[in-house]
Amino acid sequence: MEVNQHSTTVETTHHDDHGHHHGHDHHHEHEESNNFFAKYVFTTDHKMISKQFLITAIVMAFLAMGMSLIFRLQLAWPDTKFPFLEDIIGRWGKDGKLDPGFYLALVTLHGTIMVFFVLTGGLSGTFSNLLIPLQVGARDMASGFLNALSYWFFFASTIVMCASLFVESGPASGGWTVYPPLSALPQAIPGSGLGMTLWLVSMALFIASSLLGGINYVSTVLNLRTKGMSMTKLPLTIWAFFITAILGVLSFPVLLAAALLLIFDRSFGTSFYLSDIFIDGAPLDYSGGSPILYQHLFWFLGHPEVYIVLLPALGLASEVISVNARKPIFGYKAMIGSMLVIAFLSFIVWGHHMFVTGMNPFLGSVFVFTTLLVAIPSAVKVFNYITTLWKGNIQFTPQMMFAMGLVSTFITGGLTGIILGDSTLDINVHDTYFVVAHFHIVMGSSAIFGMFAGVYHWFPRMYGRMMNQKLGYIHFWFTIIGVYGVFFPMHFLGLGGVPRRYYSNTAYEAFSSFIDINVIISTAAIIGGLAQLIFAFNFFYSIWRGKRAVQNPWKSNTLEWTAPVEHLHGNWPGAIPEVHRWPYDYGKPGAKEDFIPQTVPYSETPESNTPDDHKH
Amino acid sequence: MNFLLTLAIVFGILVLVRIANVAQMAAELSGENEEDEQDKSNKWNGLGFLLFMVFGIALMVYCTVKWLPFALPVAASEHGVDVDKLMNINWLVLIVVFFITQFLLFWFAYKYRYNRNRRSFYFHDNNKLEAIWTIVPTIVLAGLIVTGLMEWNKITDRAAAAKGMKVQIYSKQFDFTARYAGNDNTLGSSFFRNISDSNPLGVDSTDVAAKDDIIAKEFVMPVGEEIEMVINSRDVIHSVYLPHFRVQMNAVPGMTTRFHFKPTITTARMKEITGNDKFEYVILCNKVCGVAHYNMKMPVRVLERAEFDAWLMKEKKVFEPAAPAAPTAPADSAAATVTAMK
Repeated sequence: MEVNQHSTTVETTHHDDHGHHHGHDHHHEHEESNNFFAKYVFTTDHKMISKQFLITAIVMAFLAMGMSLIFRLQLAWPDTKFPFLEDIIGRWGKDGKLDPGFYLALVTLHGTIMVFFVLTGGLSGTFSNLLIPLQVGARDMASGFLNALSYWFFFASTIVMCASLFVESGPASGGWTVYPPLSALPQAIPGSGLGMTLWLVSMALFIASSLLGGINYVSTVLNLRTKGMSMTKLPLTIWAFFITAILGVLSFPVLLAAALLLIFDRSFGTSFYLSDIFIDGAPLDYSGGSPILYQHLFWFLGHPEVYIVLLPALGLASEVISVNARKPIFGYKAMIGSMLVIAFLSFIVWGHHMFVTGMNPFLGSVFVFTTLLVAIPSAVKVFNYITTLWKGNIQFTPQMMFAMGLVSTFITGGLTGIILGDSTLDINVHDTYFVVAHFHIVMGSSAIFGMFAGVYHWFPRMYGRMMNQKLGYIHFWFTIIGVYGVFFPMHFLGLGGVPRRYYSNTAYEAFSSFIDINVIISTAAIIGGLAQLIFAFNFFYSIWRGKRAVQNPWKSNTLEWTAPVEHLHGNWPGAIPEVHRWPYDYGKPGAKEDFIPQTVPYSETPESNTPDDHKH
Repeated sequence: MNFLLTLAIVFGILVLVRIANVAQMAAELSGENEEDEQDKSNKWNGLGFLLFMVFGIALMVYCTVKWLPFALPVAASEHGVDVDKLMNINWLVLIVVFFITQFLLFWFAYKYRYNRNRRSFYFHDNNKLEAIWTIVPTIVLAGLIVTGLMEWNKITDRAAAAKGMKVQIYSKQFDFTARYAGNDNTLGSSFFRNISDSNPLGVDSTDVAAKDDIIAKEFVMPVGEEIEMVINSRDVIHSVYLPHFRVQMNAVPGMTTRFHFKPTITTARMKEITGNDKFEYVILCNKVCGVAHYNMKMPVRVLERAEFDAWLMKEKKVFEPAAPAAPTAPADSAAATVTAMK
């Protein structure tokens, strides 16, 4: 593919002197190869790697969603037999009844896959890869090779996790947090045998992937910004990915430490987490360890992880909302500031997962204080989003609707977080369905909404074609109805004292009155689940048959839309464009159009310049 | 069956492809230009957001009214009443914020839907506004933090615990056992290597304090008296959850955790309050602990003091001989322990 043949050229022509980039204009040597392996497998092109992440994540998301639908069937209709279960999960669904042990395995893998593979790998992997080089104006990531390695570690970790489904004793089943001693002792639960070993191996690979990606994202943002792209001219997407990557680099190693110590306890007879255990009719020799140590280590990652999942979604939403409201994002600097504050706080709130572990109550008080502080920057973000909509000119593209859905779920789930973050109130709702409702809304739904917004918005940038908008609308409406239909009623289960991770609620008489709510939840889950098939269809259909995209379909300001529709390794056929202004000049008074791309110098827009312009 | 299913899926996909094709062609043929198309979808989706809000809120209110009776009955413990009060204050604040923000979000979506003759208002910063919505949440949160922590300090205050009647809640896969400290209100020490069939809690038979300890398979409390639960686990982490008392504490192998509270409503009284003859308090395990996690529980009863004493009399001592005429039982147990230790 000859570079010169591109019909679309970059409007801006600049000399090759682009700031930090050491000017090796290598795109001429890197003609796209037609070799399948070189193009799709061993590629180091960030755009292809981002597609690899996205498609892997979509496949994993359907797997994890399918798992949740299976256990939702059990929860809503505990007395009904579903013969097709035996066809899908074999002996775990003998005679159409879900095995209680496998129920826990499904719960565990649903959580693990969704949190790590879909919302961490899938979200950061896809959009950091796609957007960081394109939006900061770089030809590729700082290290294309590490980037490719990051994907293949990720891929390997998903394969190992899926392989654990086929282990005789079953996959890991101690919950996605895999607390020892349950996860350390095969005597305690069958899933803590080989299945748990594979879980740990998979997680170690995943952490390696995440670190390789993270350092790459950080160094690219810091070092490869094009001329004129100062940190305060970066789109909020990049700020979000940047902060996320830093969080990941600082916290994932701690999870690796936690996992390694668990591997030692499981396989090499150490006692980091184990002490005074009598199981299976015999005392064990472990002595002096503490299961609580694991929880401290786990949640030291686990809580930043929540923001590793959420911040990219918020970043994507900021961009999408601004573009589609045709209005600058309100409080650009406050948005950056609040993300930084959230990121900082996320490291000192992990103890709120442990209020009832017997942790010193005074320490609990400290964590209450830091946790509830998170609500302040979060509130700032919400109000800024809402103000961005105020007096906007809102285009309801599917991505805009998902971004607004994100704001809605972020509010709803964030508010219940105030209850869970208060140790006093947490006592009675801890580990109940209230928690399940809270984090699925604030973290699960918000993040997945952000991801959908990203996919709809940048699909033309990824595949050069448009997704079908009508199917997008249908997808959105069914999804948001599904989300609220599933998770809103769960609050009532939690307030009624129903514990999570129960195979059935039949053991305690009083809970039988909740069966109607469970039927509603599961019905909503099935509807929401089916709606995702519309998305999958739209996605794959549009890759090959969608309407061809124009270069800048959303009339957007950011740099990625100045690159030609056809992909080329190196992103821009000529010089890298230079940046002159912030990315949010939408609807500027006096301007000819309602958007002014970042590449347009102020000298060309005397009609719209204001004295404020240099503040951003 | 499988074949038919596959066929149905393949057929379904083909139909969808056709529909998408036809829709695209129809749009092109109808001569409607893209902008008109956009205007239409903006109008309908803007309306959609408004309707979603109205119906959504109506449904939420309906569900709340309908399902609130499923919430836990009035707290059966002293601190529980305060916890509930605090919860209600929090709810009040949160619901107000919820309605304001969601209303603005959905209303703006509808009100400012796209109009090609209009430009958005170029408004990107306002320090006064931003200061307001940083400071107001800070003040509100400060209130919530302070009230929450005051209550937390009261609940976790060890001074009150010292006076409490000590009951060990001993957890293992998949049941709980209660051990009462007896007249000396001191639990005999225990060690996991002492565990045997006849001594499932691993109590140290040489400890004098253990002599009057009593074991029960239900957790019975005298009403209106401070109880201190001393919580242990012998295998994995469990959680001692008494939802009706607003009490929860994990049971962690290798360490002792505690929770003290004062039950205020007897089981009999609670039956009247709930209007449910079958009402029973319960301890549920609330930390996933294995395959039968969902079945791990222990009945709980709150009685008047006299009833409680009568009940306790009938329960077995830890080292009580199985047959009444065997006064040497403690020695036997000790022997058993020694054997187990080998």
